[in-house]
Amino acid sequence: MATDSDIFDYLLRLGDSDLVLAQRLGEWVGKGPVLEEDIALANVGLDLLGQARLWLSYAGEVEARFRGRGRSEDELAFLRDGAAFRNVQLVEQPNGDYADTTARQFYFDHAHLLLLRALARSRDERIAAIAAKAAKEVQYHVERSTDWVIRLGDGTDESHARMQRAIDDLWPYTGELFAADELDAVLADAAIAPDPASLRDAWQAAIAAALDEATLTLPAIGWMHGAHGRDGKHGVHTEHLGHLLAEMQFLQRAYPGAQW
Amino acid sequence: MTADVSVSPALSPRGGDRDIVSEAWSALATVPDPEVPVVSIVELGIVRGVSHDGANVVVTLTPTYSGCPATEAIEAMVRAALRERRIEARVQYALAPAWTTDWIAPEARARLRAFGIAPPGTSARVDVSGISPLRRARIDVACPRCGSRDTALVSQFGSTACKAQYRCKACAEPFDYFKPH
Repeated sequence: MATDSDIFDYLLRLGDSDLVLAQRLGEWVGKGPVLEEDIALANVGLDLLGQARLWLSYAGEVEARFRGRGRSEDELAFLRDGAAFRNVQLVEQPNGDYADTTARQFYFDHAHLLLLRALARSRDERIAAIAAKAAKEVQYHVERSTDWVIRLGDGTDESHARMQRAIDDLWPYTGELFAADELDAVLADAAIAPDPASLRDAWQAAIAAALDEATLTLPAIGWMHGAHGRDGKHGVHTEHLGHLLAEMQFLQRAYPGAQW
Repeated sequence: MTADVSVSPALSPRGGDRDIVSEAWSALATVPDPEVPVVSIVELGIVRGVSHDGANVVVTLTPTYSGCPATEAIEAMVRAALRERRIEARVQYALAPAWTTDWIAPEARARLRAFGIAPPGTSARVDVSGISPLRRARIDVACPRCGSRDTALVSQFGSTACKAQYRCKACAEPFDYFKPH
């Protein structure tokens, strides 16, 4: 039986991954390698930020049902500390070079689309509505990041080598995308969210096909960061999240309640 | 996202026999999209319904893209347009069914083209159920300036969330494409 508290926790996972990745993409604005990519990264970030707002607003409404008072989307985004964030560790990884940013997006986008398609069938109508809307946007994200993996992988010797290194480096962060815990099991039983493990085969097939076309090698690394529940979904983060939040939350921390 | 917003309660409710719902529709038809001012929010399919709940007019809007920064501006313009006609209204949002470019009115498509934006093709290709993520379907986009179909995609992401960047190989002009969604 899924409680409101379970749904709230799950909505934070959805909202926080979108929010943190949106913030990372925002760091590229004004620094993109070409103007079109600068604009594309900002647009993808904006889509994710919009989705984060929908998830976190709903989280606040659900929170009000069991706590009496629910936090607003802004309170959830700007006034929680790192250990209260439930995003996957993959999205908080630094932008690095363009191969790193591209690999991070590629892994996330494919998992994101599969997750949203499954959530579009959620028994929770609001979750289904947000997911159906977001999936249409993420379809374009998948196209773009996959296209860049192929262009850089099947490009020059330099771009190929860098793309392969980024694909290898970030691979150990992908385990968390599909690691199911007790909360996932409760929500899957209630037909509110899919078992993340059930998405893994489709994800790996899409990743493998793209890497093949990109003349890149699917990593054979078996160990994963965040194993045994010590992962972002449980509030365990890499050292990068704190730095990201320090910048993202500065204004609301220094000037509480400030509005534009 | 504000779920339920009331306009100023200082306005007195309008009685009488006028058809307040049609009047609200007429008011909304004058509200242009802030980013694409040649089309109205009604023609874009953003207004999903106008009804009367006994006390107030209820306007239902839907956002185009989740992160579209124009959403709040549109709501403010809706409220202003209704207030001008002394119509008391509530504005609410509906997320489902998700907005699609298929709702854009036929006459608005011609105006988009005249404005320099190629109108969207059918959204069938972005149906989330069965697209190969590896290869985008080849879509035929005609240049809004010279009409040539010899055009090339520059980027799926353009000046706003809803537009892609194209260039025409015949007249060499860059242009926006309202992407199917």
